[in-house]
Amino acid sequence: MTLLSLNRLTKSFGGLTAVNNVSFQVEGGSIVGLIGPNGAGKTTVFNLITGIYRPNQGEIIFNDGSIVGQPTHRIVSLGIARTFQTIRLFQNLSVLENVLSGCHCRMKSGSLAAMLRLPSQKKEERRAVERALGALTFVGLESQAEQLARNLSYGNQRLLEIARALATEPQLLILDEPAGGMNEQETGALITLIRRLRDRGITVLLIEHDMSLVMRVCERIVVLEYGAKIAEGEPAAIKADPKVIEAYLGTEENE
Amino acid sequence: MEQFFQQLTNGLAVGGIYALIALGYTMVYGVLKLINFAHGDLFTIGAYLGLTLLTSLSLTDRLGPFWGVVALAAMAMGLVALVGALLERVAYRPLRESPRLSAVVSALGASIFLSNAVMLIYGARFHVYPQDLLPKITLDLFGLQLPLVRVLILAASLVMMTALYLFIQKTRIGTAIRAAAIDQGAARLMGIDVDRVILLVFLIGPALGGVAGVMVGIYYGQINFTMGWTYGLKAFTAAILGGIGNIPGAMVGGLLLGVIEAMGAAYISIAWKDAIAFCILIAILIVRPTGLLGERVAEKV
Repeated sequence: MTLLSLNRLTKSFGGLTAVNNVSFQVEGGSIVGLIGPNGAGKTTVFNLITGIYRPNQGEIIFNDGSIVGQPTHRIVSLGIARTFQTIRLFQNLSVLENVLSGCHCRMKSGSLAAMLRLPSQKKEERRAVERALGALTFVGLESQAEQLARNLSYGNQRLLEIARALATEPQLLILDEPAGGMNEQETGALITLIRRLRDRGITVLLIEHDMSLVMRVCERIVVLEYGAKIAEGEPAAIKADPKVIEAYLGTEENE
Repeated sequence: MEQFFQQLTNGLAVGGIYALIALGYTMVYGVLKLINFAHGDLFTIGAYLGLTLLTSLSLTDRLGPFWGVVALAAMAMGLVALVGALLERVAYRPLRESPRLSAVVSALGASIFLSNAVMLIYGARFHVYPQDLLPKITLDLFGLQLPLVRVLILAASLVMMTALYLFIQKTRIGTAIRAAAIDQGAARLMGIDVDRVILLVFLIGPALGGVAGVMVGIYYGQINFTMGWTYGLKAFTAAILGGIGNIPGAMVGGLLLGVIEAMGAAYISIAWKDAIAFCILIAILIVRPTGLLGERVAEKV
């Protein structure tokens, strides 16, 4: 079943076409990688999916419905969550509160109920804390729930971003360079974590520069260059694709 | 010693009023990084609407003095909250994407508009709150003779501040407000409707400012259409004193400013009370430029 489908998506900023006529599908329950040299338009694609930018042309279909033009918080409540290339945690909030902020859209009671501390709302608040702790346990940060986010190590801050995104209960989780700044060992743990996410029924779409990670974890890979898709396929095929090799290494001038 | 405690409680009561107004400045600043210069005028509107409700509905006759005043305060809060939400919609939301200075100019314009609207509707002369609103009882607390109204005002402002603090710290919506204050973009991606958070801030802040207006009317007995300017300036000072953008900071700053003023008026000179208050503000800001509780500027609501 196709979960997300981008159809002939185009986005330009002034004279620069950052994303040019890009189409690809993400199947439910799969792990898909989006790769390409710097400036290829990968993050712009993510920003289009999450409604931060509006495409000039093209369609984005999620769960059989178009999400173009929807506000970001609506798209999140439909089931798409993301993390950031540069960490954007709420640094002055505790680890638990960061995750709780992600529970927001799955809770019903309004501000008035919260101000009056109605019993239904208290119960919901308690459930949210349980869910947040569950997400923290999933990434292995439960022992640091009361710390301020800014006191976590870099690798743990990346994990917290994932836990916070999980709290929105996404069907599709978009990871923007999750291994950025991680060492070999942390990257290994991340790969396990991404597989566990998939086993939990969450579809993963990721941007990553660490080729070994992409090749090990992704089932399908989409390659962008200068805003356009130049290849798509399984890792082995992508590795051997001359166009991809050219994009990454440049052409050899003389044989 | 008697005089000291009298001035202390008086200062705390006035400081509680400053703190309630200061919360409106600090919450809006926390989320939008905007000084809502029209906030003082929302406070004035609260005082005038309170007077109108009081005289037209004769609440205290129907409900008794205590519940009458509570009902009055609740209605004034609700109405001023609506004015605040309207202000946000008309004066600030259209400028959300504009440079920050445009919003500041809009805020100043809204302030002039609102205070003049009050003047046109109610006239420029002073208005008087009924003096028999609350029974003129003096309470005897630990040998200290305190007017009932002073105790009630201090208690009411403390209750409201505690409620707000718990709401911001303990509930999910409070977390959403704090998250939006730190990073609006990331908050949106956590499924938080930032426009609703902003609207909520423009409901809570003006509600507190409006009830502060009613309190001033009850405490001092007279109100004027320019009162929003003086009280607004004091409360803004209190917000900066505590660290603008920081909610407990506004509470501490307001109470402290009220006490400093009262002490200055009692022990130095009543004519110099504003000058003393501002000298202390300057002294504190030299030592702690981000205010008493501000860590880094504008990172907390």
